[in-house]
Amino acid sequence: MGLAKIGMAYMVARWEEKSIASAARKRGADITLIHLSSFHAVIGDRELGGKLPGVVLQRSVSHYVAVSSSLVLESLGLRVVNRGQATAAANDKVWSLALLRAAGIPTPVTGVAFGSEAAGRLADEIGYPVVVKPTNGSWGRMVALADDWEDLRVILEHREYMPQPEMKVHLIQEYVRKPGRDIRVTVVGGRPVAAIYRYSSHWITNTARGGKAEPAPVEGELGELAVRAAEAVGLEIAGVDLFEDPERGYLVNEVNPVPEFKNTVAVTGVDVAAEIVDYLLELARR
Amino acid sequence: MPTLKCPVCGGPVEVPDDAMPGELIDHDCGVTLEVVKRDDGSIELRPFEGVGEDWGE
Ligand SMILES: [Zn+2]
Repeated sequence: MGLAKIGMAYMVARWEEKSIASAARKRGADITLIHLSSFHAVIGDRELGGKLPGVVLQRSVSHYVAVSSSLVLESLGLRVVNRGQATAAANDKVWSLALLRAAGIPTPVTGVAFGSEAAGRLADEIGYPVVVKPTNGSWGRMVALADDWEDLRVILEHREYMPQPEMKVHLIQEYVRKPGRDIRVTVVGGRPVAAIYRYSSHWITNTARGGKAEPAPVEGELGELAVRAAEAVGLEIAGVDLFEDPERGYLVNEVNPVPEFKNTVAVTGVDVAAEIVDYLLELARR
Repeated sequence: MPTLKCPVCGGPVEVPDDAMPGELIDHDCGVTLEVVKRDDGSIELRPFEGVGEDWGE
């Protein structure tokens, strides 16, 4: 039996991608690095597929490249983690929230409107303050908080001037009065492997924006809910973001198909890269 | 640690031994360089073009 072969598709080699490559080597696995900016393939080229590892991890920082490259690699006959369709669903907040709701997973009350006036009526229905988000995006960018119609009108006006067509889709969400923190659970292969509380004085809690973090319990309800959320969207590897509502308990806010985990590792000591590699090797042996 | 030439300012750039394609290196001249693997397996540095989307910390 030769070395187990796995692949990793990515754009930028961050700390996470380097950790995964090094965890694979430590396991004695042969990891093929598919640097996507140097990669091309004809859709359905099985001959090319035969030259690549049968199992490939998707780690592109670009949402668009992640979806397109996953779909192309799948067309070559490869097993991509996460699957292209699941990555597409997770990258679209309306799509993923709809899947979460269909699976009976509690989420913040969220609506969609396609014009300013309709968005105003939606915000009235949800109740101020409301959060306005892009349907695609991460790291809390372009997320705005509106205390009243006057705030919301200014935010929508600004969005209306932006050339991107997705700016015409207004995703409006209730503002959850979370206790100064949110939770990130990292799920790998249907298991919650680590969880952290992310604290921030700013209302957007996100370690990428400079918040501090502490370990959170991964056993029990929290881990189970995160696993169900990942499954609902079809993700095998996911960063699940949750809020704690004083009355309703945990609410799943987002599922990330290419999660960063540097902070999670620093805070919990869990070797997330090794967990990911073990899952890929398990798939490769099947 | 191999030393390569910055394609923008021509100055020396220290590239870590474990550098991977796609790794970013900020050079003293202010440019962000990307490690790229050539077909022959050797590495070169190119100015990083970005990914066209918001990303990263
Ligand atoms: Zn330079």
